[in-house]
Amino acid sequence: MKKAARRSGGDGGDGEVWVVVEHEGPDVAPVSWELIGEARALAKELGVRAAAVIIGAGGRELAGPAFSRGAAAAYLVSGPKLDPYSSDPHCQALVGLAARHKPQIILLGATTRGRDLASAAATELETGLTADCTALSIDPEKKLLLQTRPAFGGNVMATIITPNHQPQMATVRPGVFPPPEPVPGDGGDIIASRPRLKTTAVSVKQLEFIPDSGNEISLQGAKVIVAGGRGLKAARNFALLEELACELGGAVAASRAAVDAGWISAQRQVGQTGQTVRPVLYFAMGISGAVQHLAGMQASDIVVAVNNDPEAPIFEVADYGIVGDLFAVTPTLIEEVKRRKASAGGNGGALRIETGTQK
Amino acid sequence: MNSGKNKPAPAGAAESAPARFDVIVVGGGPAGLAATFTLARAGVSVACLERGSWSGSKNMMGGVIYSHPTSRVFPQFWREAPLERHVTRRDMWFATTDSAIKASFESADFGVEPYNSFTVYRARFDKWLAAQATAAGAWMITETLVEDLLREDGRVAGIRSGRPQGDLEADVVIIAEGVNSFLTERAGLASCPPQAANVALAVKEVLALPKEKIEDRFDLEPGAGAAIEIIGEITGGLPGTGFIYTNRDTISIGVGVLLNSLVDNVTEAYTILDKFKQQPQLRRLIQGASPREYSAHLIPEGGYRCMPQLYGDGVLVAGDAAGMVNPINSEGANLALLSGQMAAETVLACRQQGRFDRAALALYQRRLERSVVIQDLKKYENATPFLASHPQLFGLYPELMAALAREFLTVDNLSKANKEKLLLKLFRSQVPARRLLKDLYDAWRSLT
Amino acid sequence: MPINSVVCIKQVPDTSQVRIDPETGSLVRQGIPSVANPYDLYALETALSIRDRHGGFITALSMGPPQAEEVLRKTLGYGADRAVLLSDRAFAGADTLATTYALAAAVEKIAAGSLVANIGSGKGVDIVFCGKQSIDGDTGQVGPGLARRLSFSQLTYVCSLLEVDLKAMRVKAWRQREDGRELLQAQMPVAVTVTEQCSSIRYASLPGLIAAAKKPVEVWSAADLNVERGRLGLKGSPTRVSKIFAPPARQRGEALSGPGKSAGEMAASLFDRLADRGLKIGRRGG
Ligand SMILES: Cc1cc2nc3c(=O)[nH]c(=O)nc-3n(C[C@H](O)[C@H](O)[C@H](O)COP(=O)(O)OP(=O)(O)OC[C@H]3O[C@@H](n4cnc5c(N)ncnc54)[C@H](O)[C@@H]3O)c2cc1C
Ligand SMILES: Cc1cc2nc3c(=O)[nH]c(=O)nc-3n(C[C@H](O)[C@H](O)[C@H](O)COP(=O)(O)OP(=O)(O)OC[C@H]3O[C@@H](n4cnc5c(N)ncnc54)[C@H](O)[C@@H]3O)c2cc1C
Ligand SMILES: Nc1ncnc2c1ncn2[C@@H]1O[C@H](COP(=O)(O)O)[C@@H](O)[C@H]1O
Repeated sequence: MKKAARRSGGDGGDGEVWVVVEHEGPDVAPVSWELIGEARALAKELGVRAAAVIIGAGGRELAGPAFSRGAAAAYLVSGPKLDPYSSDPHCQALVGLAARHKPQIILLGATTRGRDLASAAATELETGLTADCTALSIDPEKKLLLQTRPAFGGNVMATIITPNHQPQMATVRPGVFPPPEPVPGDGGDIIASRPRLKTTAVSVKQLEFIPDSGNEISLQGAKVIVAGGRGLKAARNFALLEELACELGGAVAASRAAVDAGWISAQRQVGQTGQTVRPVLYFAMGISGAVQHLAGMQASDIVVAVNNDPEAPIFEVADYGIVGDLFAVTPTLIEEVKRRKASAGGNGGALRIETGTQK
Repeated sequence: MNSGKNKPAPAGAAESAPARFDVIVVGGGPAGLAATFTLARAGVSVACLERGSWSGSKNMMGGVIYSHPTSRVFPQFWREAPLERHVTRRDMWFATTDSAIKASFESADFGVEPYNSFTVYRARFDKWLAAQATAAGAWMITETLVEDLLREDGRVAGIRSGRPQGDLEADVVIIAEGVNSFLTERAGLASCPPQAANVALAVKEVLALPKEKIEDRFDLEPGAGAAIEIIGEITGGLPGTGFIYTNRDTISIGVGVLLNSLVDNVTEAYTILDKFKQQPQLRRLIQGASPREYSAHLIPEGGYRCMPQLYGDGVLVAGDAAGMVNPINSEGANLALLSGQMAAETVLACRQQGRFDRAALALYQRRLERSVVIQDLKKYENATPFLASHPQLFGLYPELMAALAREFLTVDNLSKANKEKLLLKLFRSQVPARRLLKDLYDAWRSLT
Repeated sequence: MPINSVVCIKQVPDTSQVRIDPETGSLVRQGIPSVANPYDLYALETALSIRDRHGGFITALSMGPPQAEEVLRKTLGYGADRAVLLSDRAFAGADTLATTYALAAAVEKIAAGSLVANIGSGKGVDIVFCGKQSIDGDTGQVGPGLARRLSFSQLTYVCSLLEVDLKAMRVKAWRQREDGRELLQAQMPVAVTVTEQCSSIRYASLPGLIAAAKKPVEVWSAADLNVERGRLGLKGSPTRVSKIFAPPARQRGEALSGPGKSAGEMAASLFDRLADRGLKIGRRGG
C-alpha cells in the first residue's frame, strides 16, 4: 500500500501530510518521528502520502531514517542562513515550500522551536494553527483534520477544525504518539531545494548555547512532580522528596494538608485551591487523594501513588500504586534511579522523556 | 529571581496624582464603601484603600442584606446592583445529625419592591458598591494593605501602606477594615484585646446548581430565594450555627463556630462543614451540586461590650472594625453600611467647622446612639456570653426536641396517652426542670 | 535614547476554575474571576525595567470585552504610560490569526502616533512584548504572529532580556529551550515573548496607583483601525471549535506492591514500566 501512495509521487502531489522534522545536525527531536508515524496513518486515510520536511544542513542523512519511519517523501531544504535554526529564514523556507507543493496538513512538534516556527509560518500562510494537540484524526465525511487539545489548563478538551483553509496546521505535544518502529530499507522520494531567501531587516543570531543542568523548576513547566501530603509527617521529611525530584530533574509539590501544616510554601500546593499541573509523571507520596487534590493533578500523564493505606482514593487514579510506607519506599526509588543512571553511563542527565507516554 | 520586587516605579508615573486627600477610608467593604460613596457624592476628595485585588475579592458572607438600610445609602439599589435572589422565605431548623424540626416564615410582600432582603454574592456586590463610589468621584486604590496610621501632634494624620512611597495624608481616616481591626488598636481605641471568645470562625462553600433545581428543591417562585439558619448537633455540639442561602445558580452553605470552642476541641472548621453537609435533610438540598469556591472568615461576636471607642482625633471606626455585628444572626452588613454612612455624614458636618478633633468627631457616637445600630447592639449585648456558656442549646435541646417529635409522630402500638407519659419521662431524665426554666429565662433576657 | 514599547496583555479566566458541566457538557466560566495572563505581567516588568534603564514610553494593549479594562488599569498602576483596549463585537471570537491581525493594526496605529508625538526612539514602536503563552488558550502563537505581521524580528521564550543597544538597534536576550538556554541577538524592531523566569512584576508605588486610578483606558473599535472587517473576529478565524468535552476520567491502574515483594523489586518494576512508556533514566540523545 505504501507503494501505491508513492506512485502519485513525482515532484510531490498536492494534498500531502507533512511533518517538519526538528533536528540539530543529526540529532532529531523524538516528537518528529512520533509525528511521522501518525502522519502516515492520517495520509493513508486521505489516500495521499506522508512526507518529511527537513530544513537545514544534514537533511540527506535524515531522509533515510524518515523513510524507515513511514515517510514516503522527504523535502530537503538547505541554504546558507538555515543553520543554526532561526525563525525568519526557516519560516520563509517552509512557507515557500508549502506554497509550491500545497500540502493539506503540516504537523510540527509542540516544542519551543516547533511553536516558534509553526506560528510564524501559519501567519504567513494565513491559515489556522492548532496548538499542542494530544490527538489527531480525520473526519470520515469531510476529510478534515480533527485536532484535539487541552485548554484552560487541562480542565477542558477541545476538538478544533480548520474547515476552509489549507494547509491545516497543528503542533503536537511530544510523547502522545508512539514512536514507529523503524523499518530499514524502506525508501522514498527526495525533493531537494535551495530557496533564495529574502534578506530582510529582521535578523536573529545565536551567540551562545548553554545546555541545562536543571536546578529550579516551576510546577507549571515541570515534567516530573514529586508531591507529598500529610503522610510526610514533618517539614524536614520533604528533603526525601527533594532528593527524588532532583534525581529525576523534577519539582516538589504538596497537598493542602502539608501546606496547612506549614511544611512547605503555599506556592507548591496542587489542587482546587492551588495549582493545576500536568507533568508527564506525578508522584503522590502520602497523599490520600481527596477530590480537591485530584482536581489539580488529574491531567498528569502518569500518576504513581505511594500510600500505606490500601483504601486510599489516590489509588483510583494512579497508573501505578505502591501500598507501603513512603519512608521505606522513597529511598529505594532514589537508589533505583541512581543505579539506572550509573548503568546508563556517566553521571548522565535526569529522566529522559522519549515517547508514547499515553496509555 | 524576583529582582523586580520592591523597586519603586519611576517618579514620572506619579505626576498627576493628588498628594493628599481630605479623607482616607481604610477597607472597601460595605462600611468603607458606604462612607466613601457618601463623601465622594458630597464632593469631598476621598481615597478608599483596599487590600484585595478588587473590592469584594476577599470578602464573603452568607449572605443576606436588607433593603431598608441599604437603600438609605444607595437609593433603589435593587434596580441595578448585582443581587442573587430576593428572600421570600426564612427558615429556622433545629437539627440533629439525622432529623430536623423546621420553622418557616414566608411572606408575599417580601416578593415585591422594595423587597425585604436579598441574597448577595459579596464578590459581585462589593464590586458594584465600589463602582458607585468611583462614579461619584472617589479614588479606589486596591491591592494596598494599610499597615499603620500616621500621626502628627498626637492626632491621626494619614496612613502608611506597604507600598513604595506608601504614606498618604488626610484630615480624617475612617477605619473600616473589618473584623480584628489592627488599626483600631494602633489608634488606641480598642477596648477588648482580640480574643478567641469574641470571634466566630465561619467557613463557607459555594455550590453550583442549576436555577430550576434550586427553585424546585427549595420550593421557590422563579427569582425568589430562601435563607435557612440551622442550630443543633450539626456543629458538633459547639456553640455555633449553620446556614444555607440560595443564590441565582449557586447555594451558599456554611457554619460559624466560636473560635475558642474550636481551639478547645482541636477541631478544624472545615471538618465541621464536611459533617454538616452529611446531615440527610441538608444533603438532599445540595445533592449533585458541584463545589465552586471555599472560604473562611471571622465574625466579631463580642457585641456591644467589645466595641472600641468609635472616634479619636482625626479618626473614626465603622462596621465590623467597630464590632458592629448582631451576634444573634451574624448580621453585620446593614450595620456596616449605616455606620459607614454616619461616619461620612459626621465628617461632612465637621468640615463646616473645619475641626476634626475628638470633640468634634464625637458627633458620630451621638448619631449612632440615636440610630438602630447601637440600639440593636445594646439589646443583644449578653447574647454571645449566653450562647457560649449554654452548649446544651446546640446539642442537647435540639436533640431532645427531635426525640420528642419523633416519638410523637411515630405511629406504633403505644397509645397517645402513653406516649405523652413516655416523652415527659424521657425529657425529665435529660433535663432537670429547674435548669430548663433557668435556661429559658436567661435566653429570654439575653436574646429578646 | 528612549525606547517605545507595546506590551500585549490578555485578560484570562482563572483557569483552575474553568470546568465542563458534566450534565450540560458546556463550559462553566460564569462567575470565574478574570486576571491578567500571568506571563504578560513578566512581559510588562521586562518592559518597565528597560524603561528604567533607557527611558521611553510603554503602551499596554489588550483585545477583549469591556471588562478587560480592569486588567489594563492594573498595568497603569504598575507604571505603563498608556493603555489601549480593542473592544468591539467585530473582534469577538477571534482565533490567533484574527487576533494578531487586529493587534498588529493597533501596534501600527500606536507607532504612527508615536512618530507624530516624537515618543521613543523615533522609529515608531521598537519592541512588542507578549507573554510566552496565555493560560486559557495556551498557544503561544500570538507573539510570533505579531512579529510576522509587523515584519519585526522574533524572539520567543525569552527568559532574560540582557541589553538593548540603541545605537546598533539590537537587543540581546537569553531564550529558554527544552535542552538549555541560548543567547540570541536580534535586530530591532523586535517582538519578544517572555517566560516566567524573567523578573516578576514590581510592587507599584502608592502615588503610581493613585495616578493610575483615574487615567483613562482608551477604547478603540474596529472603526479606529485600518482593517478589513472580514479578517477580524470569528469571520477572520480559520479555526473552529467543533466540540468541547471534559477530559477523560482516570482509571485505576496497576498495583506494584503485593505479598512478598520487596521495596527494591517494586522500585525496579516501576522504572521498568516507565521505561516501557518512554520514560527512561539516562542521558539525552542516547
Ligand atoms: C473547598 C476545599 C478546597 C480544598 N483545596 C485543596 C487543594 O487545593 N489541594 C489539596 O491538596 N487539598 C485541598 N483541600 C483539602 C482536601 O480535602 C484534603 O483535606 C487534603 O488534600 C488532604 O491532604 P493529604 O492527602 O495530604 O492528607 P490526608 O488526607 O491526611 O492523607 C494522608 C495520607 O498519607 C498516608 N500516609 C500516612 N503515613 C504514611 C506513610 N508513612 N507512608 C505512606 N503513606 C502514608 C495516609 O494513609 C493518608 O492516605 C480542600 C478542601 C476543601 C474543603
Ligand atoms: C459567614 C458569614 C455570614 C454572614 N452573613 C451575613 C448576613 O447574612 N447578613 C449580614 O448583614 N451580614 C452577614 N455577615 C457579616 C458581614 O459580612 C459583615 O458584618 C460586613 O461585611 C462588615 O462590613 P465591613 O465593611 O465592616 O467589613 P468587611 O466586609 O470585612 O470589609 C473590610 C474590607 O477591608 C479590607 N481591609 C482589611 N484590612 C485592611 C487594611 N489594613 N488595609 C486595606 N484594606 C483592608 C478587607 O479586604 C475588606 O475588603 C456574615 C459574615 C460571615 C463571615
Ligand atoms: N486578546 C489579546 N489581547 C492582548 N494580548 C494578547 C491577546 N491574546 C494573546 N495576547 C498576547 O499573546 C500572548 C500569547 O497568547 P496565546 O497565543 O493566546 O497563547 C499572551 O501572553 C499575550 O501577551
